[in-house]
Amino acid sequence: ACAQLQLAVPVAVVFAPGSVSGDLPRPLPFGDVQETEIAVNQRTSVTSRYETVYRSTTAREEAALDAATAREADAALHLLQDASVGSLTVYVVPETSPLLPQGVSVYVGKHRSALVRAGGDLAALRTRLQQLTQVMSFTATSIAAALSDRVPDGQLGPDARRHLKSSLGYEITFSLLNPDPKSHDVDWDIEDAVNRYVQPVLDKLSLVANFSVDSQILYYAVLGVTPRFDKESSSFLLSAHSLPHVINPVEARLGSSAASLYPVLNFLLYVPERSHSPLYIQDKDGAPVPTNAFHSPRWGGIMVYNVEAPASPQASLPLHVDVDMVRVMEVFLAQLRLLFGLSWEELPPEFLLESPGNEGLADWELDRLLWAHTVENIATVSTTLTSLAQLLDKIGNIVIKDDVASEVYQAVASAQRAMAELAAGHLHSAFQASREAVTSSERAFFDPSLLHLLYFPDDQKFAIYIPLFLPMAVPILLSLAKIIRETRQRKKEPTKMD
Amino acid sequence: GGMAAELLLLLLLLAAGPGPGPGRAQRDALREELLLSPLPAGDVAATFQFRTRWDADLQRGEVSHYRLFPKALGRLVAALGVRELHLALTQGFWRTQAWGQPPLQAPAGAELWVWFQPTVTDVDKAWKELSNILSGIFCASLNFIDSTNTVTPTASFKPLGLANGTDHHLLRYAVLPREVVCTENLTPWKKLLPCGSKAGLAVLLKAERLFHSSYHSQAVHIRPVCRDASCLAVSWELRQTLTVVFDTFASGQGKKDWSLFKMFSRTLTDACPLASQSKVYVDISPKNKEKELLEVSPPPTSVHEAVVQGDKRTYAVYDLLSPLLFNTSRSLNVQLKWQRPQDSSELPTPVLHAQRYVSGYGLQTGEISTLIYNTHPYRAFPVLLLETVPWYLRLYVHTLTIITKGKENKPSYIHYQPAQDRRRPHLLEMLIQLPANSITKITIQFERALLKWTEYTPDPNHGFYVGSSVLSALVPSVIAMKDVDEEQSPLFTSLFPSSDGSSYFVRLYTEPLLVNLPTPDFSMPYNVICLTCTVVAVCYGSFYNLLTRTFHVEEPSRGGLAKRLANIIRKFRGVPPL
Repeated sequence: ACAQLQLAVPVAVVFAPGSVSGDLPRPLPFGDVQETEIAVNQRTSVTSRYETVYRSTTAREEAALDAATAREADAALHLLQDASVGSLTVYVVPETSPLLPQGVSVYVGKHRSALVRAGGDLAALRTRLQQLTQVMSFTATSIAAALSDRVPDGQLGPDARRHLKSSLGYEITFSLLNPDPKSHDVDWDIEDAVNRYVQPVLDKLSLVANFSVDSQILYYAVLGVTPRFDKESSSFLLSAHSLPHVINPVEARLGSSAASLYPVLNFLLYVPERSHSPLYIQDKDGAPVPTNAFHSPRWGGIMVYNVEAPASPQASLPLHVDVDMVRVMEVFLAQLRLLFGLSWEELPPEFLLESPGNEGLADWELDRLLWAHTVENIATVSTTLTSLAQLLDKIGNIVIKDDVASEVYQAVASAQRAMAELAAGHLHSAFQASREAVTSSERAFFDPSLLHLLYFPDDQKFAIYIPLFLPMAVPILLSLAKIIRETRQRKKEPTKMD
Repeated sequence: GGMAAELLLLLLLLAAGPGPGPGRAQRDALREELLLSPLPAGDVAATFQFRTRWDADLQRGEVSHYRLFPKALGRLVAALGVRELHLALTQGFWRTQAWGQPPLQAPAGAELWVWFQPTVTDVDKAWKELSNILSGIFCASLNFIDSTNTVTPTASFKPLGLANGTDHHLLRYAVLPREVVCTENLTPWKKLLPCGSKAGLAVLLKAERLFHSSYHSQAVHIRPVCRDASCLAVSWELRQTLTVVFDTFASGQGKKDWSLFKMFSRTLTDACPLASQSKVYVDISPKNKEKELLEVSPPPTSVHEAVVQGDKRTYAVYDLLSPLLFNTSRSLNVQLKWQRPQDSSELPTPVLHAQRYVSGYGLQTGEISTLIYNTHPYRAFPVLLLETVPWYLRLYVHTLTIITKGKENKPSYIHYQPAQDRRRPHLLEMLIQLPANSITKITIQFERALLKWTEYTPDPNHGFYVGSSVLSALVPSVIAMKDVDEEQSPLFTSLFPSSDGSSYFVRLYTEPLLVNLPTPDFSMPYNVICLTCTVVAVCYGSFYNLLTRTFHVEEPSRGGLAKRLANIIRKFRGVPPL
């Protein structure tokens, strides 16, 4: 369970003409290395190592930086880079550059590069670079969240346990809950919506894990809580504190994934009954939640979709409803990002992020995910192998088959390779190795031959032989008692003599 | 004028119905049916059928958006390359002789048979995985299906749906006769219904009533069917059926009258809003000599006549989607009151029925006898018999005798696969010609094997079950059958392929057998340990004493009891002590 991890991030800092600060220690190009320690616990230490190379722009980069807007420059620069997964390129532009809007000093692009406005001395640039690299790769909190089962309870923030555990694959299930099919005939074009909005994101995420998407419609599935009627707004309200009780009765209907062992992400669209509409979710302060949705950590999200009451009360039932999938998918995609820990929080004010566009995910966000998942995978492998070792220690006569042994060796080798690749700054191969390590270690740990119930416990063996041990112990104990009595007597006798 | 316009409007509304909405055309449809048939001796059989048809090809893998078809089963079919799946969980035994031909019989316990796609390379692995997943879905012990109770019949089980080839290597069949069926199996079964048990016919499915019955059988059938008459595309059909037999005579204080409320303690109030058809059929075929139809209340919406299993039947039909039905009362409670208590004369004995028993004495050998009855007055027909016998009953195939009317009857086809100890069971398939009006007796002797002590079931003295044998036959009909429109006829006429008009397909299951095997005294090892340990310990004790005892000369003591007594007497006498 002891782990020393070194995370190396290759960073290239490229100075555009007119942006080179005066107090550079050496002439360009040169490189330096910065190491910082991330404290997790006594036995796990993570060191982050930024290997920075400083250079000036090439002619083609210069041309690209002449673009009118930051977005165009970013697109042009992307073609010039051979940015490997996990690496970063930072372009320092002159202080007066028109590329960055007023008040913005850092622009983070769609890919693995950023533009930084020059200004001040090298120290100021370094702090800015540090902020930037933390946004684009990892922070102490994101690493701590990935190692959450090693961090003492009190030290983690509330968000740390929201992220999904790293896994080889995920199953995403969209469920439409229609508790009142008599009044609402709800129809959703989920197939089109998935192809249009979800699939691009998942294609991008396919580097991280395998994804499968399916959907279902569940009728007569009700929430576990009866909403409260609010006279003022003549609507029904679900308060924030009752939300934890909403999921359980629905969960029984969702059905488990029968054919795979991957964790399931559930996204539920709930169309409330006619007698309970409109239904609004309230936050802790009693204000209605604008999206009318909430998410549950490591489980998924629920959105309430209200059906407008028909203009005339005589309208024939069931009322046909076509779900507005754009509105729904917006919420679900935001929740999906949140569940993967890809949220833009704690961003300094002068930062500007480029919208990832149709793909829903920027390259550097993918890197962030890979950093966290690689670290988490290595920690998982180490935990799995440790508990396997504990189990084997406990049962002395357990039989370890050759294939189990080779899986263990392979897991250790892959984990070591992953750590070496991390230290060398090769994020992609490190992630691949860590996945292999997880697969091998899980296969070894869950091998049916290692079930400890298969082995006869030693204390029961002793119980069977009690009819032997007990009668045999009687004469031994009796003679022991006799010896004690005699020695006592022998001690007493000489005193009597005196 | 106004009246006609109103009627027209009503008709238009009816045509629009609750079916597909004005938007996209729905590609799946649900039809629910309930068939109530009074059986002789006051029993009532209720058969539910929920049919979900989906115009999509599950095999292609790209289909992952489910509406009425349950996702759990759909994914199973797609992931494991299932072409056809039939699972039945049954409690009790359908008494064919007393109750007549069942609409769809199943053997006691759990039965699972599956046809896989030709693309499946490792059928055994897929079968194992499938039974494990199904066991999870239905909370049944299907995970006990392994090679020792799985067989591959060559002729008895043909695909019931669309099939390109019938290579029987893709078929697996297993029966677990020990399986007990109860509420925990019913709940997941109900969960697969689009309306759950919240609306439609399924509201009647109340576990406490369903299991208070003589026979309970629930089944799931998945198969590919033709999408339309031209059969260029495939649709998938899921049939969920549930048959239950109530003994109304015993529960109704000696009266055979019944009603929905009496049987299910619920009544029907509406159809499932997702169903495109929701009907209750009551078998009102005449039972007495006067050929009077049975009278049910409330009056049915229509009457349907059909020839089912060689018998002309009349059904009262209640269409729950018809608005006329709930006009007068809010709920539908179908009732049948017998006019005269002795109504319900003898049911004509079914053309084909069978019986099976085990005979012999002692714990070494025994004999399995099967009696097959053909009561058809003038037609002979062949029957396929499938026997699966566990390996621990070692069949002597040379003792197989088939006797009809005192003469030996040679089967025209025999397939026998001998058992391998702890590997696979015996499989015996025979095609036997049954002469008209005859009884055929099939006997085979067996020897009981000795099991290892870990192989015994938890209650070994209860005995070991041998699964039902399966009879499949095309039974000639006594009366001529018309070609019926399969989609319109009630219930099961369309699950089994109907051949020409002169015969109908029947599959029967015999009783499961209970055989005692030589059972050891399981406390014996412990007794032996206790005894030998005690003997060893006693020996050890005396030997130890012998080795550790020290002998030394003891000085004479102050005298024994006699001396002390003498001294007391001497004291009284005033004589000095000894």
